[in-house]
Amino acid sequence: MAKRTFKIWRGNAEGGEFVTYETDITEGMVVLDAIHQIQSESANDLAVRWNCKAGKCGSCSMEINGKPKLSCMTRMNSMPATGEIVIQPMKAFPVVKDLVCDVSYNYERNKMIPPFSPRPREADGTHRMVQDDVDRIQEFRKCLECFLCMDVCHVHRDHGKQKEFSGPRWMIRLASLEMHPLDIVDRIPLIKKEHGSGYCNITRCCTEVCPEHINITDNGIIPLKERVVDRFYDPIAMLMRKVFGPRKPHKKLPVIND
Amino acid sequence: MSHDIKTIEHDVIVIGAGGAGLRAAIECSAHGLDTAVVCKSLLGKAHTVMAEGGMAAALRNADNRDNWAVHFRDTMRGSKFLGVYRMAELHAKQAPERVKELEDWGAVFDRTKDGLINQRNFGGHRFPRLAHVGDRTGLELIRTLQDHGIHQGFEVYMECKAVKLIKDGDAVAGVLCLWKDSGRFMLLKAKAIILATGGAGKMWRVTSNSWEYTGDGAAMAYDAGAELMDIEFVQFHPTGMVWPPSVRGTLVTEGVRGEGGHLRNSEGKRFMFNYVPERFASETADTEEEAAKWLAGDKEARRPPELLTRDVVARAIYNEVKAGRGSPHGGAFLDIASNRPAEYIKKKLPSMYHQFKELAELDITTTPMEVGPTTHYFMGGIRVDPDSQQATTVKGLFACGECAAGLHGANRLGGNSLSDLIVFGKLAGDGAAAYAKGLGTAPSISDDQVTDAVRHVTAPLNRETGENPFQLHDELCEIMGEHVGIYRTEDGLGAGLEKLVGWREKIKNAKAHASSQYNAGWHEALDLESMAVVSQAVAMAAKERKESRGGHSRADHEVEDYDHWGNINIILKKGDDDEMVLSHYQREAPDPFLEKIAKATVEELDAMTASGEVEI
Ligand SMILES: Cc1cc2nc3c(=O)[nH]c(=O)nc-3n(C[C@H](O)[C@H](O)[C@H](O)COP(=O)(O)OP(=O)(O)OC[C@H]3O[C@@H](n4cnc5c(N)ncnc54)[C@H](O)[C@@H]3O)c2cc1C
Ligand code: SF4
Ligand code: SF4
Ligand code: FES
Repeated sequence: MAKRTFKIWRGNAEGGEFVTYETDITEGMVVLDAIHQIQSESANDLAVRWNCKAGKCGSCSMEINGKPKLSCMTRMNSMPATGEIVIQPMKAFPVVKDLVCDVSYNYERNKMIPPFSPRPREADGTHRMVQDDVDRIQEFRKCLECFLCMDVCHVHRDHGKQKEFSGPRWMIRLASLEMHPLDIVDRIPLIKKEHGSGYCNITRCCTEVCPEHINITDNGIIPLKERVVDRFYDPIAMLMRKVFGPRKPHKKLPVIND
Repeated sequence: MSHDIKTIEHDVIVIGAGGAGLRAAIECSAHGLDTAVVCKSLLGKAHTVMAEGGMAAALRNADNRDNWAVHFRDTMRGSKFLGVYRMAELHAKQAPERVKELEDWGAVFDRTKDGLINQRNFGGHRFPRLAHVGDRTGLELIRTLQDHGIHQGFEVYMECKAVKLIKDGDAVAGVLCLWKDSGRFMLLKAKAIILATGGAGKMWRVTSNSWEYTGDGAAMAYDAGAELMDIEFVQFHPTGMVWPPSVRGTLVTEGVRGEGGHLRNSEGKRFMFNYVPERFASETADTEEEAAKWLAGDKEARRPPELLTRDVVARAIYNEVKAGRGSPHGGAFLDIASNRPAEYIKKKLPSMYHQFKELAELDITTTPMEVGPTTHYFMGGIRVDPDSQQATTVKGLFACGECAAGLHGANRLGGNSLSDLIVFGKLAGDGAAAYAKGLGTAPSISDDQVTDAVRHVTAPLNRETGENPFQLHDELCEIMGEHVGIYRTEDGLGAGLEKLVGWREKIKNAKAHASSQYNAGWHEALDLESMAVVSQAVAMAAKERKESRGGHSRADHEVEDYDHWGNINIILKKGDDDEMVLSHYQREAPDPFLEKIAKATVEELDAMTASGEVEI
């Protein structure tokens, strides 16, 4: 057992400061365990979001030593062996209290997306889709809505363009609808305009932090940008095509029934 | 005081935004009712998100020998014949359409070769029946309902805790809620209320459950005069992680065994062959060879014993460890690496692969996992009418999902919860709609009730000194683990009940720091009150039931007593002096046709289907 020192940001929308705590670390502990221990021992009112403690709900996002992470999946033995561990809320969202931020932006953004609308069921009352065709949208549907990608995207974090650009989580949600073999809605104009696909300049920071290892940029955003380019004009995607060559057409293909 | 509190009126309030609550809210909206959902966490984070293996529905895509009657029979047998026949019938018949409807709303299940929804094997299900998405089926369910639900016009109040049901005479009239972020109260008035708050597995330390599982719904309903039923039946899932200590209890999906995982003890033996109950012997493989054939797809071979119902497997692991044949950290070895190629495992069980790699530094594609029983699920809960889901003794109060009792009896089959949520979520929506529309005048609420409740809820904030709520929670886990665990005895339960009396005295003095804004300690103190009701109910009912059945194992009464206890459900209800009153409900004779199906042998049921006696 070893004592470790934590500097945890405490405060609310009006302001706050780092407070230092010490707690014992035992084998296998994750950062969220340490925070809970501190909460139980010496900071009963410490605000922290969590639910599953198994990397499945995406509630426990925070910045640990400056890195956006799920605290329940960050093992203490992955931290530097010595020194303080600095814990603060996600920076790109307004803080509510301590480690909890106001993520309501995301719920509003989701509402702006026209819902899934399927073609009719087949005569036998089923929908048929081939596994190969759904693999790519299943990748996007792994999203936990942890919003870590939103936290690192510089378009929001550094440039404050929340109004103009929906951000990576909502780009892949749009992609999952666009590429859904059953869906019949055209969202391309909306992706360009309301969701601002052109603002993404493919830095891939979002992809790097995604705890579900979703290839947000390459598999989600770039194909969306290309679809937009096919219809409108987008300089970065045009450039991408020049450099990497054209991609496969992304028209919705009819599903083959057997 | 209550006029300072913001009051909002809706037709129906749904408490809980898991699969059951969201499905119920969608239905209420479809009936044209002004509906609102209240939930303790953010939308999309409810417990349902954690579900892994799948949802059971006789879609007949993976094996066309399946049909509703087989699913119904499996469910009744799994419930040790204590489930409510009518609920098991409704569930088996309606689950397929509810699953297909999810697909209309955007769900993307894994596919069969023909492009249909794929289905996997699970414990207690005779045929591959679980529609799934890898091992993240719960995420798919909740996201589908969430993304569809936000366009149906119902309101969602998130991070808002329902603290007390308010009544007008013998009917519900509203619910008092507490906003987590501001610490302010809100009064929601409604004609009908649907509880979908989930279970109470947080009363044990080794648990697969999230912080939300403190039994709030059961406790609020009890407080309002509802009956709790079958509450002694707590499911201990056989396979939780056992190492490292900080993740002890985290679930390892039954899908691992469904995909072919073996259980072995420290001597390398597949010990499950030694634990096959008589009732299941004729349907279970008795050699490793036969089990291997089944895995290879031989339809004549019987199922491996690892896929027996959860109660059986959990007790077996417990007994192997007790007999000194456990793994180094006190569990059993669960081995999928020797039976399936690495790529297959990563494709079918990605989150298990990830979970062990990140949390235990173990590669499940090469190394066996160590697993042991973990508290998982409440079979019991609020007693409801099987068709309308209305609570038996409180008008206008409905319950569905894990907080309701009836479908699962003494033991739930894996995958039958997610299907339960969508089947009974919808029916609760229908039931509440019918009730609300039939109600002449809206109920009214007296200020006194609200003022009293607010005073009670804010008490922990106003104490100068008192007990640390987190430590009190820990003490409860200690008591429940020691006295109300997987094996129970008369003396142990008696001692546990006494300790609970002392513990309840202490929680009256729980203290939270003064700030009411997003105060974790305060909310913990309030959750303790729910757990106080449920822990007492579980221990009392467990002491009363002098037999072993499903999730309830008595070391001092080891047999299943069909003559007496097989006909009784235990009910708990608040008495006139606020004391907890236990009674026996003598089960009525089941519908003869349903009973015939439930008790038929496999051959008899097949004959009934072939002759058209059972229509599929
Ligand atoms: C790790 C794990 C894996 C599982 N895998 C499977 C599986 O593969 N197949 C299967 O069928 N089942 C599975 N289960 C069981 C299943 O997931 C649950 O039983 C089911 O999701 C419960 O759903 P629910 O809608 O009843 O409640 P939940 O999804 O738990 O939702 C409860 C809701 O109630 C709210 N709530 C609670 N109290 C209050 C309050 N006081 N005020 C306001 N809101 C409140 C919560 O915020 C939440 O929104 C699994 C369970 C676990 C833990
Ligand atoms: S790739 Fe695009 S969305 Fe992702 S972080 Fe960079 S700019 Fe933002
Ligand atoms: S895409 Fe990844 S990082 Fe972004 S919200 Fe989803 S899970 Fe989190
Ligand atoms: S608590 Fe659910 S992802 Fe961390």
